[in-house]
Amino acid sequence: MATPEVIIQLVGIEKRYTLGEEVVVRALRGVDLSIYRGDYVAIMGPSGSGKSTMLNILGCLDRPTAGDYFLGGTNVAVMPDDDLSAARGKMIGFIFQSYNLIAQLTVIENIQVPLLYQGHDVRHFHDHCVRLASLVGLAQRLTHRPNQLSGGQQQRVAIARSLVNDPLMILADEPTGNLDSRTGLEVLDLIDKLNSEGKTIVLVTHDEKVAARAQRVIHMRDGQIEREVVNRVRQSPPPEPLPA
Amino acid sequence: MKLFSFQFLSTLRLGVKSLLLHKLRSALTMLGIIFGVCSVIAMLAIGEGASYEAQESIKRLGSDNIILRSLKPPEDTRAQGAGGSGRPSAIEYGLTYDDGARVQSTIPGVRRVLPIRIIRENVRFAQNEVACQILGTLPLYSEMAGLDLPRGRFLTETDERNQANVCVLTVGLAQRLFPYQDPLSHSVKIDSFYYQVVGLVREKSQAEQRPQSGRMEGEPLDNNVYVPLSTARARFGEVLIRRSAGSFEMEQVELHQLTIQMEDTAAVESADPQIKALLNRFHSRNDYEVIVPLQLLRQAEETKRIFNIVLGSIAAISLLVGGIGIMNIMLATVTERTREIGVRRALGAKRKDITLQFLVETVVLSFGGGLIGVVVGVITPMVVSQLTTMKTIVTPWSVLLAFGISGAIGVIFGLYPAKSAAQLDPIEALRHE
Ligand SMILES: Nc1ncnc2c1ncn2[C@@H]1O[C@H](COP(=O)(O)OP(=O)(O)O)[C@@H](O)[C@H]1O
Ligand SMILES: [Mg+2]
Repeated sequence: MATPEVIIQLVGIEKRYTLGEEVVVRALRGVDLSIYRGDYVAIMGPSGSGKSTMLNILGCLDRPTAGDYFLGGTNVAVMPDDDLSAARGKMIGFIFQSYNLIAQLTVIENIQVPLLYQGHDVRHFHDHCVRLASLVGLAQRLTHRPNQLSGGQQQRVAIARSLVNDPLMILADEPTGNLDSRTGLEVLDLIDKLNSEGKTIVLVTHDEKVAARAQRVIHMRDGQIEREVVNRVRQSPPPEPLPA
Repeated sequence: MKLFSFQFLSTLRLGVKSLLLHKLRSALTMLGIIFGVCSVIAMLAIGEGASYEAQESIKRLGSDNIILRSLKPPEDTRAQGAGGSGRPSAIEYGLTYDDGARVQSTIPGVRRVLPIRIIRENVRFAQNEVACQILGTLPLYSEMAGLDLPRGRFLTETDERNQANVCVLTVGLAQRLFPYQDPLSHSVKIDSFYYQVVGLVREKSQAEQRPQSGRMEGEPLDNNVYVPLSTARARFGEVLIRRSAGSFEMEQVELHQLTIQMEDTAAVESADPQIKALLNRFHSRNDYEVIVPLQLLRQAEETKRIFNIVLGSIAAISLLVGGIGIMNIMLATVTERTREIGVRRALGAKRKDITLQFLVETVVLSFGGGLIGVVVGVITPMVVSQLTTMKTIVTPWSVLLAFGISGAIGVIFGLYPAKSAAQLDPIEALRHE
């Protein structure tokens, strides 16, 4: 069996916020983390422990103050803004707590948005987008607008959108935080299904039950990884864990 | 390139969609530009029309010409001239044959001098009688005034030499005097003499039909009779009797107008003061005026230039206000859609994509407003022309100017909101409520 590929590697990641003269907040204090292709990682931790900061860096929305971040083989820690945008568009799929669909666009158009910024002619990807819509069970709603959909439906559109560029990893920040428990479960089942089909998932959650679905649970405290719990073994685990 | 144009089209579509999300707001924002563009075009059209009419009538006087006209001197001078006696005596004033000859012989650059004498008399044929302006002049008149000669001939040198009793009528007058007959085979009666009608003419403009405008209020403007100058002198004498409001006064005027044609427009400039100096040696009173069409034309052009600057400034201000309105709305839109901007950035939008998106929206607003403004601005002068007698001319450059400015305003006033949208931090933007 092939060795699972390391697709993400954080090495000594620091994030400091300088507030005024002498006040420096150390949001992340030397984080080392490797994520393998096909991983399902949950990040937990008390408020203020640095989860969001970590997710922002993983999502190339922010650059670390120090350290290296290898994403698909390139160090994005030192990339200029335009390259970061390109990296986000190509390699990351975002699922937000509050869905964040674009109000003036229809379901199918929302799914197409990441393609636009990759310079694709969306007409060539119509079938692809329709397939994704049916994957999340919204094939009948292609021309609806977000305000005509329920929260669960909106989140499923967002999931379809996160898949459209076939990203290296999907980042989900409390994806069920705004949903009732039943629709939340539907969404989580969908995410499980994506992982079982080989997608790499990183999600932030407060909910133990949500975290229990993941392979690895990373507990954070004070800007550091406190401990990692492995719930179950990866389908094709690496023979040896890489040194952190 | 094809790829770019597709992307651009989808950006454009998106812009229009976003604007349609707030229809009333977009329409109100456009209104500022619509009024601005419309007012630029309409005001310039009205200004252009007014100055066109003024300039045309001046041009018809001839830019090579200097026109001298006899003026009745002011009242007090006339009282002295009349002496103390109660008996009315003829007032003598105005241009003379000698003036014409002196100008011709001493002023350099003079091509020819055309004397005109004007007598107001009734002209009769059968039962018809019409109050007319009788112009005693030379055959030259036809050429210098650029007359149309639809029938017959104009006065000739032979007529002039023989003091022939012939006349030429304007077409309008001929129709009034000869409703049923052919004027060319008849004579008209003026005072106690008969004049054979030899031709019909049409004046180029109303300006020449009344060389001494304002004195014949209420009379038709095209009732002109042309007779040889020598004939006019012999038949009507030098003393003319003017009846007005029960009383009458006598005046002695040799010539009412001298049209001096110069070799070229350059000669007009230098001749103007020389002619005044020459005539002032023989006219102690202020009994003539000098009209230089070239100078009038320059003044008209200058007036038009100032007019255009004033109109342009007003229009520019209104467009500026429209632009500020657009900027205001776009800034509000950017704030309102901060989260959308964050989402787009997360989904891979570069800064320039965001800039373009908002710039396109502004430009759609301003160009859309500009387009509507052009349509309204072209229609407005037409309506004005229909409702009033004002002439209006919509010049292509004013349309281009107004449309161009409206587009430029979209770009200029859209750039700042669009840039500030692009500068937003994606994380901050995503967190925005
Ligand atoms: N933009 C910022 N400016 C200053 N301090 C920040 C900023 N973002 C986060 N922090 C600080 O960094 C620490 C980690 O925050 P965060 O990553 O949001 O924690 P979590 O998401 O786990 O609640 C907190 O102490 C927070 O106050
Ligand atoms: Mg957080």
